[in-house]
Amino acid sequence: MRTMPAFDRDDFSIPRDEYLYSGHSGCPGCGATLTMRHVLKAMGPRTVVVVCASCWTGIAGYFPTSSLKVPSVHCAFASAAATASGLKAALEMRGDDISVLAWAGDGGTLDIGLQGLSAAAERNDDILYICYDNEAYMNTGIQRSSATPLGAWTTTTPLGQDRPNKNIMDIMVAHGVPYAATVTIGFPSDLMRKVSKAKGIRGTRFIHALSPCPTGWRFAPHLTVKIARLAVESKAFPLYEVEQGEYIITHMPRDRSLKEYLELQGRFKDLTDDEVQGIQDNLERAWQRLMAKSRIATYATP
Amino acid sequence: MEKVMTGNSAVAYGVKLARAQVIPAYPITPQTTIVEHLAQMCATGELRARFINVESEYSAMAACIGAAVAGVRTFTATSSHGLAFMHELLHWASGARLPIVMANVNRALAVPWSLLAEHTDSLSQRDTGWLQIYCEDNQEVLDSILQAYYIAERVRLPCMVNLEGFYLSYISEPVHIPEQEQVDAFLPAHCPAYELDPDRPAAFFGATFEPTMLYRFRRDTHQGLEKALRVAREADEDFHRAFGRRYGLLEGYRLVDAQLVLVATGTSVSTARTAVDRLRDRGAKVGLLKLRLFRPLPADDIRSALRGVPKVAILDRSISLGAGGILCQELKSVLYRADGQCPAVFGLLAGLGGIDVTPDLICEIAERALRSEYPTEEPIWIEVNR
Repeated sequence: MRTMPAFDRDDFSIPRDEYLYSGHSGCPGCGATLTMRHVLKAMGPRTVVVVCASCWTGIAGYFPTSSLKVPSVHCAFASAAATASGLKAALEMRGDDISVLAWAGDGGTLDIGLQGLSAAAERNDDILYICYDNEAYMNTGIQRSSATPLGAWTTTTPLGQDRPNKNIMDIMVAHGVPYAATVTIGFPSDLMRKVSKAKGIRGTRFIHALSPCPTGWRFAPHLTVKIARLAVESKAFPLYEVEQGEYIITHMPRDRSLKEYLELQGRFKDLTDDEVQGIQDNLERAWQRLMAKSRIATYATP
Repeated sequence: MEKVMTGNSAVAYGVKLARAQVIPAYPITPQTTIVEHLAQMCATGELRARFINVESEYSAMAACIGAAVAGVRTFTATSSHGLAFMHELLHWASGARLPIVMANVNRALAVPWSLLAEHTDSLSQRDTGWLQIYCEDNQEVLDSILQAYYIAERVRLPCMVNLEGFYLSYISEPVHIPEQEQVDAFLPAHCPAYELDPDRPAAFFGATFEPTMLYRFRRDTHQGLEKALRVAREADEDFHRAFGRRYGLLEGYRLVDAQLVLVATGTSVSTARTAVDRLRDRGAKVGLLKLRLFRPLPADDIRSALRGVPKVAILDRSISLGAGGILCQELKSVLYRADGQCPAVFGLLAGLGGIDVTPDLICEIAERALRSEYPTEEPIWIEVNR
């Protein structure tokens, strides 16, 4: 197997500051934990994280401990966006310039919390909403969500997910939000550049963060970053941003085979070659649709 | 200044005088004009607050919770289905010890759809840890909003002020609007117990799997509600000193030598006063107990008010299906005594479904109860049996 080439060409340096303590209760190799770690490096200390029910309810620490060095406000499952909106309104009334980061999983975003998120985006409330997407209900033990990709095994799709996942980015862009982007911890500089950019924009900013889950995707914990990279390189999860409706590809995939990405994950182990081909065709069509409406960033790797 | 206004306007004026700072709200009949009035006040700058046009009552309460964590005064209003939709977050607000104030305009829950007054919507939220006040008239509505903030902020618990749909929400009465300076003195700026501050980062409302920890939280919240009895009394006394009006946690009317005491809450109380006067004129020894504070339930006060009374008739505009009127269930548990020295309790479903509770109906109920030694059925479906 050839080695992974250098994946980030822009010179975004990653600060040494940490806002996540070690000793959190995430699983070994947890992608959602790495995502938060890097997001907070970009956000800095004047940030409040609103955490709805998710794996992160536990990762953030059990009372009276906290794994975060910034204030956190836990909230009910469906309420991340509205809680963040109310909090931001209050901070504005207080005259405090503090960033509010709403933090939810794919279930809390694409499923149970979609209504409240849609409303916050429509009002263009001044919050940064990050969906860390591990493509199923992982905290309850691997049940499918509408982010579960076609063909994936979960405990509630024992024969494999029979529908492609919901396109949350298109949904959010359709709200006319000033900024939306996809990120993943396989590309930390890209992630940090996008979060920093989002931080500087007013209004509802949405970031879709693919966060590989060793426990639910059935792979060894040391493979998290590799799998995140392969998701991008195989076009399963393209990296792009949408600024005021303009689509910009921020990384050109290197056409790594989808099979390589899927084979590393136990949740896809029962797929036949035909099924893999079907998924690949779907992803290729989605990629072509994305390309048709996008320009390519100057810093995107060719 | 005195002004003729609806109960819903009285809510809005109360909220303005309390200087609420974040108001997320969603319209529902018969609460709608509260939302409209507050949106107008925020738009014109008459009230310096952020009005958030949320997409549901669930998000209204979520946004109140978010705002209250940051320590500002919050308000929302709802009714019936909207309150039911908030249910999960009602528990959250009290568990999080946030002094959110909400007006609930009582309305029946479907099925079938109805817009009429019933107390089941709020009484069925009795276990959520919210304080609950029930109002008799529009002046009490405005005054209760101010008292609600006073109590809620001192005990760090949310408070619901209830007014019946249509009977109060859309009926106009003269209401005295207190001066802003007087209200500011009664209700100084809110100082939250815990400040959300990035320089001193803390986690708010995380998780625990430690059962004794959870047990202690429950006890603390319960004790907060118990403390609210004392604080509610202080609020009423302070309010009386400042504005010359007082309501008490409950109010006895012509209780001396009463052989039968009617217990009511909300607008039925005014009607019952008239009925009691008529009955007394006819020589019937009937009194009235108005229940204003339902949570925390002033159990000792109820017991002393009803001490030695042989019969109690409870007018319920609510029902716990399969058990009976909700006030009746609550009152029975308060009045129970192991030695058997309890009054006969008549549980009457009067006003359920928004049926008009008239003085004639109340007189009939009272006379029937006076004739009977003890209730032969419970609940008594008074309107069906008439």
